[in-house]
Amino acid sequence: MRSLLRPFLIALLLLAAIVAPIGQGNYITYVLTSWLIFSIASMGLNLTLGYAGQISLAQASFMAIGAYTTALLTLAGWHWMAALVPALLLCFVIGLVLGYPALRVKGHFLAFVTLAFNTLVFLVLRNEDWLTGGNYGLVGMPRPDFGFFSTMKQHNFYYFTLAITIVAAAIMWWIVRSPWGRAFKALRENPIRAESLGVDTRRITLLAFAIGSAYGGLAGALVTPLVQFIEPGSFAVAHSFRILLMVVVGGAGFFFGPFLGAGVVILLPEMLRFTEGYYLIIYAALVILMLVFTPKGLIGVWDLLRNRLFGKAQIRADVKQEPTLK
Amino acid sequence: MSQFLQVLLSGLATGSIYALVAIGFTLVWQAAQTVNFAQGEFVMVPAFFVLVGMHVLGFPLALAVGFALLASIVVLGFVFKKLIVEPILPSGGISLIIATMALGILLRESVKEFYGAEAQPFPPLFPTDPIHVFGAVVSMQDLLNLVISLGVVILLTLFLNRTRTGRSMQAAAQNPAVAEILGVDVKRMIMYAFLINAALAALASFLITPVYLAKFSNGETLGLVAFIAAIVGGFNQIRGALVGGLLIGVLDNFVATYITAEYRAALPLILLIVIILLRPQGIMGTSEGRAV
Amino acid sequence: MTAPILSIRNISKSFGGIHAVRDVSFDVHQGEILGLIGPNGSGKSTLFNSILGQLPPDNGTVEVKGTPVTGMRASKLNRLGVGRTFQQLSVFPQMTVLENIIVAGQEHKGTLTSRLFGPPDAGLTAAADQMIEFFRLTHLRDTPAGSLSFGQQKLVDVAMAFMAGPDLVLLDEPAGGVNLTMLAHLKERLIAYNAEHGTTFVVIEHNMEFVMSLCTRIVVLAEGAIIAEGTPAEIRANQTVIDAYLGG
Repeated sequence: MRSLLRPFLIALLLLAAIVAPIGQGNYITYVLTSWLIFSIASMGLNLTLGYAGQISLAQASFMAIGAYTTALLTLAGWHWMAALVPALLLCFVIGLVLGYPALRVKGHFLAFVTLAFNTLVFLVLRNEDWLTGGNYGLVGMPRPDFGFFSTMKQHNFYYFTLAITIVAAAIMWWIVRSPWGRAFKALRENPIRAESLGVDTRRITLLAFAIGSAYGGLAGALVTPLVQFIEPGSFAVAHSFRILLMVVVGGAGFFFGPFLGAGVVILLPEMLRFTEGYYLIIYAALVILMLVFTPKGLIGVWDLLRNRLFGKAQIRADVKQEPTLK
Repeated sequence: MSQFLQVLLSGLATGSIYALVAIGFTLVWQAAQTVNFAQGEFVMVPAFFVLVGMHVLGFPLALAVGFALLASIVVLGFVFKKLIVEPILPSGGISLIIATMALGILLRESVKEFYGAEAQPFPPLFPTDPIHVFGAVVSMQDLLNLVISLGVVILLTLFLNRTRTGRSMQAAAQNPAVAEILGVDVKRMIMYAFLINAALAALASFLITPVYLAKFSNGETLGLVAFIAAIVGGFNQIRGALVGGLLIGVLDNFVATYITAEYRAALPLILLIVIILLRPQGIMGTSEGRAV
Repeated sequence: MTAPILSIRNISKSFGGIHAVRDVSFDVHQGEILGLIGPNGSGKSTLFNSILGQLPPDNGTVEVKGTPVTGMRASKLNRLGVGRTFQQLSVFPQMTVLENIIVAGQEHKGTLTSRLFGPPDAGLTAAADQMIEFFRLTHLRDTPAGSLSFGQQKLVDVAMAFMAGPDLVLLDEPAGGVNLTMLAHLKERLIAYNAEHGTTFVVIEHNMEFVMSLCTRIVVLAEGAIIAEGTPAEIRANQTVIDAYLGG
């Protein structure tokens, strides 16, 4: 029964993703595309935080690095697919470097170091006009054209993003199912024991950052052709916070959590649009309420419901209850 | 030379205000392992309480300041502790990081929505006349800010070390289990830390807002600077937070004046990263009390 | 006689003037179950941590199969064929018992790359199931390890130490806090494992009964130095040991 449930849900989700934009206007399709893009970014953070237990408040800065790299290269005439390679590599390497502080400090200290890094990236983007266009940002990046399939239309771009999301999710699935995935979880749950069992916790920590950051870079590389205008403000610390929120709302350490979390965090403002200026206030209040009542995120609500409806189901080992820092 | 002195003194004045915020931060950390990511907003909000007191309730300035101090202690101290920290603390650090960040957004957006997005003039508490010290031109305001902040830090240190309540607070922070056995009301001591933090933030707000004007976004950098000051100073000592605050205030001013204004905001960030990597226990700190 | 699997030569360690370990030397041979006992503060733990490379001694060397291990990272030591268990509970609480044991068996061979690109299982599940069966934990296979009883978690901890097929396993107070039934089970399994695989054990323990009935040879430390060495029967009869324990 359980073994059938998962493929069925995946098929259902895929089907929903395929039919979702049909008959919808450009704006809704645009919102759906950002949902996919932020799902990728939070999938990366979910690896770093949810699986490996290392907090990062710098995911938006990797989106920035991915976005600016692809923007500069596509403006210089590269094809998007070609520009993607250096963008991902750059994020991977910088992510690796950002992992070094995590070897020394954890918890709040790591949160602040990564936050400081995000702010530094923001400052560089704003101040180095010659490269990044400063406050005005970069405009006019082309969308990828595959000859037979142009992504100029909003719907086509959505399907293009969907295809990339599926590939990214499949690779993530493969990583977390491989011995690496177990090593990440072991690092999260008991680094000293993990090290004594032969897990090279230093390398695994760095890899958790590097891979998570590369996913951030991929998301950023997709932002560039989607909005065709990027500026530093889109990658400030507040956006890292949003991505962190997506991971936690969806349930950290749960494979499908990022899709759920990104959906809620992106759609909520749309649904609260009628409240006009108050939406951020309501939104922040909802986050606090959620943390007070269901600290495990929405997956926690689901577990509660399931236990109530079907009796106490077997506890899933891959659902992290809550990465505790202290 | 006179410019140097000028830059130094105004750096010390700003730095002493940073130190107030950093000390509050440290107290709350010691008492309840809570890192308050909304600390900057805690400094932004009290100024608006003063404005509400003056313009809505029609109080004179002195009364409005008293009202704001009281309101800050209740809202940013008592309510914050009871409604946010207490229920969320058991579910771990990450939840609390997110909750306090959300609180920061809540405060910022509420002020923007209910009071306005434009910077509001804020009455100076002291005369702003320039005075001359060894050829440097310094404002009276800067000097008084420095004197008052340092005075408050000294009073606070005396309170913590010389009074029964202060020593109980320290005991509760260092070893709650033992303190409880010795008859210290640990819960109450933790609450005191939150109340003192709110009062310090309010004081910092009253001193710094006349310089920057009252604006909903004032907290954005202040919180980070306070954290960095706390970490530079070692995070578990008032002395450390004071030194950290002064250091950042002075460095910031020097960098802005002599090196680069564009990257002045980068300096504390780089300082933070370097210190965490090279000397995680802080310049003045001991390695205890560090969450690693 | 074959070369010793673990060779401890002239180890000394002091902490601020207090000599925790003073010039200790002994060898451990393939297949032995060596007990390391002594009253509180006799330097057992310091010595144990020196063997594990975590606490560099002031003087002397520790060699495992001829390789010096001082200051070696725990993960490298594991790949050298040294397993260990912990005094306090040391499982991965939110992973199932099966996952706990699989992760313990995946790291000692291959490289990072081969672990990512190789087959995700590579016989690990089967090996882990065998180990679970060996410790009679089959009914708990898919339970999160954190929800097991203290004694059951100790068994998982030991099973994890065995998964990499080590030549030498250091057991840090395996009997601490474990109830009698579970303790008998643990002892019986350790002896069975030793007989089956010829794995060498070094056991630090307070529980005399447990050590006497488990070990083939015992080294007694007091005030940082070896005061006796011999079979359980010899140690039982040794007057110096009795005096040391009675607080002489």
